[in-house]
Amino acid sequence: MSFLQIDHVTKYFPSPSGDGQVCIFRDATIEIEKGEFVTVIGHSGCGKSTLLNIIAGLETPSEGGVILNGREASGPGLDRMVVFQNFALMPWMTVFENIALAVRSAYPEWSRDQITAHVRKYIALVGLKGAEDKRPVALSGGMKQRVGLARAFSIEPKVLLLDEPFAQIDALTRGVIQEELIQMWNTSRNTVFMVTHDVDEAILLSDRILLMTNGPEAWIAEMVHVTIPRPRSRETVIEHPLYYKIRNHIIHFLVRHAKHGTSDGTSQGQPTDGAPVIVTFEQDALARH
Amino acid sequence: MESINQVLSPETTGTEGAEASLVRSDLQVRSPFPAPAWWENWGKQARGGGGKQGGGTMMSQTKGNPWFISGFLLAIFLLAWHFSTLQPAFDPKELTENQLQVMEFNGDIVRTPDGSYTWNPEKEKVKGIPGPLAVLEKARTELAEAFVIKGTNDHGIAYLVFYTVSRFAGGFLAASIIAVMLGVLLGLNRVLFRAINPYIQILKPISPLAWMPLLLYTVKDPKWTAILVVFMAALWPTLATTAFGVSSLRKEYLHVAAIVQLSWFKRLFKVILPAAAPTIVNGLRISFGSALVAVVPAEMLLGELGVGYLSWIEWNNLDIAGVIFAILVVGVVGVILDSGFNKLAGLVTYQE
Repeated sequence: MSFLQIDHVTKYFPSPSGDGQVCIFRDATIEIEKGEFVTVIGHSGCGKSTLLNIIAGLETPSEGGVILNGREASGPGLDRMVVFQNFALMPWMTVFENIALAVRSAYPEWSRDQITAHVRKYIALVGLKGAEDKRPVALSGGMKQRVGLARAFSIEPKVLLLDEPFAQIDALTRGVIQEELIQMWNTSRNTVFMVTHDVDEAILLSDRILLMTNGPEAWIAEMVHVTIPRPRSRETVIEHPLYYKIRNHIIHFLVRHAKHGTSDGTSQGQPTDGAPVIVTFEQDALARH
Repeated sequence: MESINQVLSPETTGTEGAEASLVRSDLQVRSPFPAPAWWENWGKQARGGGGKQGGGTMMSQTKGNPWFISGFLLAIFLLAWHFSTLQPAFDPKELTENQLQVMEFNGDIVRTPDGSYTWNPEKEKVKGIPGPLAVLEKARTELAEAFVIKGTNDHGIAYLVFYTVSRFAGGFLAASIIAVMLGVLLGLNRVLFRAINPYIQILKPISPLAWMPLLLYTVKDPKWTAILVVFMAALWPTLATTAFGVSSLRKEYLHVAAIVQLSWFKRLFKVILPAAAPTIVNGLRISFGSALVAVVPAEMLLGELGVGYLSWIEWNNLDIAGVIFAILVVGVVGVILDSGFNKLAGLVTYQE
């Protein structure tokens, strides 16, 4: 059994007109192994953030459920920490207090000194030493998300949920923080579930990329294995012969076929078993051609 | 004098642009008569710590010292006031002896030691508006006796200010505590909010003074009635804005609180109240103003000692200079309370 199982999750929202319901996505079934980095890509409105919130326990699924480590995970908890798109730092707290708020809850038995040392360690890890007593308003977007990452990693969650974490950060800083995330993740090896619409980011970071069709009634149509070996860096990953194969495949899917469901455009609906088409680009195959 | 200054202060002009241009002009122009810091900072905290720049395009870029302009306008006003209220000296030339006797009998004029006549200084007081010098004289005598208690209803101005401030503070604090607690409760519970909101909307526009007869009849004590009138004035704005502020909190704050499993108590005091603090403080500020407005007529109507009472009793004495003095005292008390409030507000609000 997988470490994190998203089991036939379906979400309905009340329709805007007030009568009946709108299906956001249907039968999302994902199995994630411990220490795996899985990313979902899809157009806006396909419900990928809703799916992430369901895993986090911040929203309830209409059907199906989430099983973490053999137990149903319902409701939010410290084992599934979210890194939010708009940072979600408390503006009235300093950097230190923002992280300490989470650490104190995660380790209630710790002494004040232990908490301080732990928080400082993670602030140093994201390179924000000296900014402990600043408030979020005094930080740039990149620095804010570093605090968000420090807060998330500091409580050492079983699952890290990244909700378009770099979407509001300028492109140059984004790359730097992506590599910092790789560094932190290499040491912690949390299981990560990320939602993004940045294809390069997904390839750089992920083991597997799930492609969602357009909503409403979206589903996970394809699952792309990122077979580029780790360790990856922004510089080397684009040199890899498979990089553009994977990238083009995903972009073709998003641009041309997200409406139809598969990258060849043949499928006209969700397969009844709900299982996505598995796409694997092998290096050997590339060599043979 | 203070109330005139207040009219010119950026707080009461109220626009973001006014403030921004004030700040900027201070940066650009080094006047030989720099304005004191308290003048520049006046009302800057009115929107929670201030510091919000931008939006200055609404007002033309004015160069010059605001301090200078304020003083200039005040001087013009005082001179205009002084000259428009000057009384010509009594001139008996046109009048017959008989007419003079009638006027003396009526008390309009009095005989001076050297045999001529002047206007009766006692009647002068109620003839037209007293000039600034008369008000100044009145202020001097009142302030000299600030700490004197002459009789049951004749307490020095310092006592009157103290009574008004404590009456105001009692009603305002009680209303604020109840309004914030109730507001948080309503803000967190949508159904309850929608159930109670119509009543708030009906009760909110009622003038706090309209409650006075009922309150007086119920509590049978003018002291408590005055405090309750202030309470009623301060309750609704804070209640409505707190409920709104809490209900429209940004979801992520609550999400973070839920993920890190904060207890109900911590969630309230570490997340919900601090997050809603800027909105709550805005409500408190509106309440503060309406309570300050209510306390003066409450004292007048109930005859409770205070600065509002002072204004009314001077009117009963037909001492118009005293009335003007009382008005100025109300203004000064308001400004002092308001700046104290802004200091406190600056402590709890934050910038996004």
